[in-house]
Amino acid sequence: MRGGRPIKSTNAGRGKGQPKSQMLLKLELKSNPEALCLVRAAIERAAEVLQFPDTDTRAIVRSVDEALANVMRHAYRGRAGLPIEISCHKLDSATTKEHHAGMEVILQDQGLALDPAKLKGRALDDIRPGGLGLHFINQSMDEVEFSRKKGKNQLRMVKYLVPAPQQAGSQGE
Amino acid sequence: MQIVARLATDGTILDITGDIDLAHSPAMRKALLEEIREKKTHKVFLNLEKVRYIDSSGIASLVEGLKASRDMGSRLILFGLSKTVREVMELSRLQKIFEIHDSEAQALGS
Repeated sequence: MRGGRPIKSTNAGRGKGQPKSQMLLKLELKSNPEALCLVRAAIERAAEVLQFPDTDTRAIVRSVDEALANVMRHAYRGRAGLPIEISCHKLDSATTKEHHAGMEVILQDQGLALDPAKLKGRALDDIRPGGLGLHFINQSMDEVEFSRKKGKNQLRMVKYLVPAPQQAGSQGE
Repeated sequence: MQIVARLATDGTILDITGDIDLAHSPAMRKALLEEIREKKTHKVFLNLEKVRYIDSSGIASLVEGLKASRDMGSRLILFGLSKTVREVMELSRLQKIFEIHDSEAQALGS
């Protein structure tokens, strides 16, 4: 499995150095846990449209779900009815540093500013309930970047679409 | 999400259907802890065959159930994990902490 990088905290949003992208999907929802299943379904379809393999599709869905749950539980302290925006972009292979096409998901909320020092997740050897969401996100995505801008938290996550290796001896058509 | 309890010869089987996410994990946690702490069931079997998705809050509820069962001297046994649920268990590195079986027959015979 790829990923496993700690969340990078920045004060900037999308900058000049970011790869070109094409908007696939934009969702505006309220901080209601009942909405999570709807978002998972939409993100799953978006990943399938970009032809991610099943394992990577599940990784993207899991990351978006965990990130949204964190917004609801921590940034909004469990209060319902507060705004969250999700935008989903297709990344062009020619412009990414990895030279792979990919999917970028950006979550924005207007909740409490998060402490970057707390964005590490907990050690897995410590068997206790809680603290696993950030670990799942870090393990599942290739890039994870948190920023705070104009009173909004922004979480940017990227998964690259790595071409399947050609099978030895396969015949082209 | 739906939870249905069935009696087994030496315990109770909880059949879970649906997604265990932030919206529904509190209900599973309540059912699990009630079975372990209040009903003092010796073996609690959790049937996850029809669980399509589990998030970190669901895993946290399972860990809480496991700790409660250890405190009570009882057993929490999971079976029928889908690929998605297995992946999350592996990501959490909890697959060796829980007692997990492939099928109901194997779980009941354990």
